[in-house]
Amino acid sequence: MNKEIGIHIEGLSKRYGEGATAVDALKEVNMSVAPGEVVGLIGPSGSGKTTLLKCLGAVIEPTQGRMTLGGDVIYDNGWRISDLRVLRRDSIGFIFQAPYLIPFLDVTDNVALLPMLAGRPNGEARARSLELLQALDVAHRASAQPSELSGGEQQRVSIARALANKPPVILADEPTAPLDSERALAVMRILNQMATQYHTAIIVVTHDEKIIPTFKRIYHIRDGRTFEEAGEGRALQ
Amino acid sequence: MINLAGRDILHSWSKFVLTGLGLGLLIGVTFTMAGVYRGMVDDAKVMLNNSGADLWVVQKDTLGPYAESSSIPDDIYRGILGMRGMAQAANVSYLTMQVRKGDTDVRAMVVGFEPGQPGEPSYLVAGRRITRSHYEAVADLKTGFAVGDRIRIRRHEYAVVGLTRRMVSSGGDPMIFIPLKDAQEAQFLKDNDAIVNQRARIAANPALNRPGVPGLLEAINASQTSNRNVNAVLVRVADGHSPETVAQDIRRWKHLQAFIRAQMEDILIAKLIATAARQIAMFLVILTIVSAAIVAFIIYTMTLGKIREIAVLKLIGTHNRTIAGMILQQALGLGLIGFAVGKIAATIWGPFFPRYILLEPGDAVRGFVIVMVVCTLASTLAIRAALKVDPATAIGG
Ligand SMILES: Nc1ncnc2c1ncn2[C@@H]1O[C@H](COP(=O)(O)OP(=O)(O)OP(=O)(O)O)[C@@H](O)[C@H]1O
Ligand SMILES: [Mg+2]
Repeated sequence: MNKEIGIHIEGLSKRYGEGATAVDALKEVNMSVAPGEVVGLIGPSGSGKTTLLKCLGAVIEPTQGRMTLGGDVIYDNGWRISDLRVLRRDSIGFIFQAPYLIPFLDVTDNVALLPMLAGRPNGEARARSLELLQALDVAHRASAQPSELSGGEQQRVSIARALANKPPVILADEPTAPLDSERALAVMRILNQMATQYHTAIIVVTHDEKIIPTFKRIYHIRDGRTFEEAGEGRALQ
Repeated sequence: MINLAGRDILHSWSKFVLTGLGLGLLIGVTFTMAGVYRGMVDDAKVMLNNSGADLWVVQKDTLGPYAESSSIPDDIYRGILGMRGMAQAANVSYLTMQVRKGDTDVRAMVVGFEPGQPGEPSYLVAGRRITRSHYEAVADLKTGFAVGDRIRIRRHEYAVVGLTRRMVSSGGDPMIFIPLKDAQEAQFLKDNDAIVNQRARIAANPALNRPGVPGLLEAINASQTSNRNVNAVLVRVADGHSPETVAQDIRRWKHLQAFIRAQMEDILIAKLIATAARQIAMFLVILTIVSAAIVAFIIYTMTLGKIREIAVLKLIGTHNRTIAGMILQQALGLGLIGFAVGKIAATIWGPFFPRYILLEPGDAVRGFVIVMVVCTLASTLAIRAALKVDPATAIGG
């Protein structure tokens, strides 16, 4: 696996529906994110942000183009991977607007579930989980139920979950939307830390004015087309 | 790997246990219905056993004395006794009626029997056998009478001297045993007005009331008010003789119907309670369908409540079969709780039923298998819904 390529997209298009009602949600999108980099994806409502994440996340099929994740071509005018489920499990971490933790598993197992799904023994998976929880400063809540956590803690657990299988790519859809500005900046600091520490390429879809200045690089998307721009890259302490 | 179903059950155990409890009560009702049928069959067998008879001799072309009415002269047993292979033969009569008990009355089958002969209840749980030839009775516990109580049957009062257990008719009515002569009288006794009326009519008939034939009218009147019929003759076959051969002899030479034990059992079980059995079978089918529907609905709604989690599980790479397994295990868990609760409930409330409820271990095993199969089928609806969940919904819009 060529670790120098995080995410690379060339000429990616996505059309929903057919004929008169067809919607071209993505039009020849180009984008690349290096390992260890956190880029923002910003655009008005309906511009195609979520569609792009879903294509990258291998839950919807693009219409055409080429996608490379962590060095592997996963799509080239057709899927190049036979088991998308395994791709999602091992190579992509997802962070959602809401944490969506599994309510019937405690914090440790919410994170440990991913290595377990990948076939790791329970002990090893839980050790990995605790390591991540420690890094994200929620280890003291390790045996709590998700419902007993604050919103910020839940979001940090969901970040730990996204990192659990050391995926080369993390896709985050408005991860700071429900958080106040202090917490939102904290999440961005964590994401940047994790990107550096684990060499992960991270795309953050956001509307959030508070965190936009933190990106070094930003992709704007409008009517399904992307434009790259340098961000302020404001330091996070 | 952790057991997702188990964790989910532990997490929402109160909801789970309460639903299992509700399902269990329904399963308990189902077991009880099966127990009612088994009890009816067992009652019939116990009744036949306790009568101590090998053969039932009844009126020709009838399935008497329990399934159809049968009437035969009460002196015919003498002829039967004279046949080959006989040990004992005795008259019996059966009469179902309301028997006064204090201010209320109980429905009972009054059995007339001859002491020391087939037809006498073989086991008493209290008191003694009937020793006088009149006005003593042995009652079944289910009548509610105790030793020393007095029972009024028609015109006469009977003293309860002994008690039986599990002696009930095929209708479930407890039996009261009284001497045969009393029973014959009770069966055919007319009230005083009817007797006066009948005597007047006979006296007015010149063919019967002939001058110059003294005693004729009295003889005719006497024959009209006494009863010379019984319902059946119970026969005990001597050792070394086959009941079937003896029965054949009776059928051929006496122009009567004779049933051996197996035939009588068949009449009681296959014919007499056949309608009741079909009724119960219908209930069982409906209860099974209702239970299945309940399990299906509960598992389905529980799954719909977890759609978001299922989408997330799928997105992060959970196998479809893991998710299906989780739902199936929950359905089976629910069935397991339901089965246990049902079995316990049926055992607890069984003795309070007016009729004997027989919970057979074999039925419990069959019930367990059916519950598990039904739960498996019921979970398919939920599993289909879960498998249709698009992992993209976890990402949102
Ligand atoms: N399943 C679908 N079928 C048809 N059209 C769709 C579907 N999903 C999205 N679209 C359309 O594709 C376009 C892009 O949608 P997308 O969800 O990617 O927007 P978005 O940038 O995420 O918007 P928002 O900021 O509101 O979430 C929109 O015009 C939308 O109506
Ligand atoms: Mg969106």
